[in-house]
Amino acid sequence: MIYQDSTTVLEVRGLRASVNGIEILKGIDLTVRTGEVHAIMGPNGSGKSTFAKVLAGHPAYAVTAGTVSLEGRNLLELAPEARARAGVFLGFQYPIEIPGVANSQFLRLAYNTVQAQRGSDELDPLEFDDFVREKMKLLEMNPDFLDRSVNEGFSGGEKKRNEILQMALLEPRLGILDETDSGLDIDALRVVAGGVNQLAGKDNATVLVTHYQRLLNYIVPDYVHVMDGGRIIKTGGSELALELESRGYDWVSAEYKNAARATA
Amino acid sequence: MNTATGSGYLESLLREQPALPASPLAWLNRLRANAVERVGALTVPSARDEDWRFTDISPLTKMPFQPVTRAAKLEAAAIERFTLPEAGARLAFVDGVFAPELSYNRTAVTVANLATGAGRHAALLEPHLGRHAGFADNVFAALNTAFLHDGALIVVPRDVAVAGPLHLLFIATQPEAASYPRCLVAAQAGSAVTVIEDFVALQEAAYFTNAVSEIVLSDNASVSHVRVQRDSGAAFHIANCAVSLAHASRYRSVSVALGGRISRYNLNVLQAAEGAQCAIDGLALITGRQLADSHTCIDHAWPNGVSRQLHKCIVDGSAHAVFNGKILVRPGAQRTDSSQSSRNLLLTGKARVDTKPQLEIFADDVKCAHGATVGQLDAEEVFYLRSRGLSDAAARNLLTYAFGAEIIDRIPVASLKQRLESIVLAQTNH
Ligand SMILES: Nc1ncnc2c1ncn2[C@@H]1O[C@H](COP(=O)(O)OP(=O)(O)O)[C@@H](O)[C@H]1O
Ligand SMILES: [Mg+2]
Repeated sequence: MIYQDSTTVLEVRGLRASVNGIEILKGIDLTVRTGEVHAIMGPNGSGKSTFAKVLAGHPAYAVTAGTVSLEGRNLLELAPEARARAGVFLGFQYPIEIPGVANSQFLRLAYNTVQAQRGSDELDPLEFDDFVREKMKLLEMNPDFLDRSVNEGFSGGEKKRNEILQMALLEPRLGILDETDSGLDIDALRVVAGGVNQLAGKDNATVLVTHYQRLLNYIVPDYVHVMDGGRIIKTGGSELALELESRGYDWVSAEYKNAARATA
Repeated sequence: MNTATGSGYLESLLREQPALPASPLAWLNRLRANAVERVGALTVPSARDEDWRFTDISPLTKMPFQPVTRAAKLEAAAIERFTLPEAGARLAFVDGVFAPELSYNRTAVTVANLATGAGRHAALLEPHLGRHAGFADNVFAALNTAFLHDGALIVVPRDVAVAGPLHLLFIATQPEAASYPRCLVAAQAGSAVTVIEDFVALQEAAYFTNAVSEIVLSDNASVSHVRVQRDSGAAFHIANCAVSLAHASRYRSVSVALGGRISRYNLNVLQAAEGAQCAIDGLALITGRQLADSHTCIDHAWPNGVSRQLHKCIVDGSAHAVFNGKILVRPGAQRTDSSQSSRNLLLTGKARVDTKPQLEIFADDVKCAHGATVGQLDAEEVFYLRSRGLSDAAARNLLTYAFGAEIIDRIPVASLKQRLESIVLAQTNH
C-alpha cells in the first residue's frame, strides 16, 4: 500500500555486482518505502536472484559500484548476519536443507539472535514453542515440522512455508521473497500469499521476486519492475504484471533497446 | 633393532601373560596358548601392510605397556558422570579388571564377568569364544586372546527382549597400563538387546586398550550395538569386533570415536545366512594430532542380505581420519541390497582424511550403491544461517555439530545421546 507519510526503507543507486569476474547486475536503481509491495519480474537468468542475494550480503557476489542503504544505513558494509539483524530478510528460492539440526532449534536460534540485537527478550524452548505454534497456524503448517531437521525431506511447498514462517518470526523491515510461488500448488499458494499479506504492514516493505504473474493475483503489488540483463528496464503499476502475462517480456526488451538507441 | 616389526616388543607385552590364573575350562586354556603361539609368529603391522597403510602405530611400540597388577578401587562417585539411568545392567572394568562393586544387573538375562560366568555357560561359549574374531593373522586379536580373562558375557535367551540397554563400561585410570577388554554377546533366536561398549578415561594418560568383541545373532535375533570410544587424547586404542548374523537377524551399530592419540577399529560383519540385515554407522570427531582409523567389512555370503552404512569424519587441527569400508558380495549372494556412504568434513587446511570404499562383488543380481565425499562446510548452508542472523562462527559451529549429530541421533539411548551431543557441541564450538 502506498501511504502519504511513508519513509524510505531501501534505496539502491547504480548497483553493479559480479560473480567470478562476470558482471551480472549492471546498474540498478530502486527505492522502496514503508508499506509498499514491489514485484520484480523478468525472464530466467535476468539477475533477479542475484539482486536478492546481493541485498542479503551473499559473499560470492562482489559489488563493484553503487550504493545500497536500509533506512539510511549503508547496507554494503554490513555482514549478512548484521543485515538480518538490521531487518533484511531473504526468503530463498531454494531453501537449504540442514540434516541434524531440528527446525525448532534453528528457528529459536534465529529468533533469539535477532531479538537480542533489538534489545527484546529471548524465549526459552517452552515459551518459544507456544509462540511458534501460533505463527504456524497462520501458515496452516503441521507442528510436526518443528521436530524434523531444517527443510530436510520437506516438499517444495513445505520449504516455502518454512521460509515465510521465518519471516513471521523475524519481523523484518524489508522482506525479499525470491520465487516464493514456485513449486506451490494452488492451495499452498493461497496460504503462503495470505501469510505474506498478513505480515505486510505500514512499517515494513516487501519485495517479491517472481517470473510468474500467478502470485500477484493474491498479493497485489504497488509497483512492478521488469528486470532484464541485470537492469530494471521498466517500472509500472500492478497492471503491468497482467500485460506481461499476456504479452511476455520480449516487447519490453525491444522497447528498452529502442529507447536506448534513440538516446545514443 | 627395529621395534616396529621386531618380536622383542611383542615378547615384552606378553611378559605378564604366564601370571594369568588358569581357567577351569581346558579348551579356554588351549585357546589362550594358541593365541600366545600366534603372537610369537606374527609381527606388529607396519605401513607396508596394505591394511595399515595410513596408520603408523610405531608410537605404540615405544611404550612398555603392561597389564595392571593391582586394579584401582574406584568410588561410585568417580564414574557418576558415565552412568546411564536407562541401563538394565552395567559391567564395569577398571584398567581391564572386572569391578563387581561398580556393576549391577537388574535384568533376567546373563550379564556377567567372563572369568567367572564362563563355567556355567561353557557349552554355549566354546563354539563362539575366539571363533569369530580370528587371531591367526591378527596380532592384536591374538594378544587379546592370550590375555583372555575378565570380560563381558551376555547371553539373551530365545525370544527374550531385554528392556534396558546393557552398559559395558571400560574405565582407564593408569598410565602405561595395557588392558584387554573382551566381550561376547550371544543373542539367541528371536531375542532383542541393546549393548553399549563405552571406553572412558579418568585422566589424560597414555595407555593401551586392545579390545575384542564377538557378537553372535541367531535366527531372527536383533542386536543394537553402540560403541563409544572416548579415551584419553594420549591413549592407544585398537579394537576388533566380529559379528555373525544368522537367518533374518538384524544388527544395528553406531560407533563414535572421539578420543585416543591413535585409534583403530576393525568391524567385521558376516551375513552367515539368508535375509540378514545390518546397518553400521560411524562418526569420528578428532582434533590436534589424533588419528582415528575405522576399517569395516560387510561380508554378504548369502542371498537377500541388506546392509546400510554411513560413516562420517569431522577432522580438525592436524588430525587424520582413515576409513576403509569393504563390501564383499560372494558368489550366490543374490539380491543383496547394499549401500555405503563415507562423508568427511575437514575443518582446517592441515586436517586429513583417507577414505576408501572397497567393493568386491561376485554375484550379478545385486544392488550396491556407494559414495564418498570430502570437503569443507557448504558455503550456501553457511550463508543461509547467516542470513537468519547467526554469526559466521555460530553458523559454522552449528553446521559442524549437525554433521556429527546425524550419526549421534541414531543412538537408541536418550541419556547417552544427549551426553554425546553436548560433547560434540563443545568440541565444534570454536
Ligand atoms: N555463482 C554464479 N556463478 C556464475 N554465474 C552465475 C552465478 N550466479 C548467477 N549467475 C549467472 O547470473 C545470471 C543471473 O542469474 P540469476 O540471478 O539466478 O537469475 P534469475 O534469478 O533472474 O533467474 C545467470 O546468467 C546466471 O547463470
Ligand atoms: Mg532466480
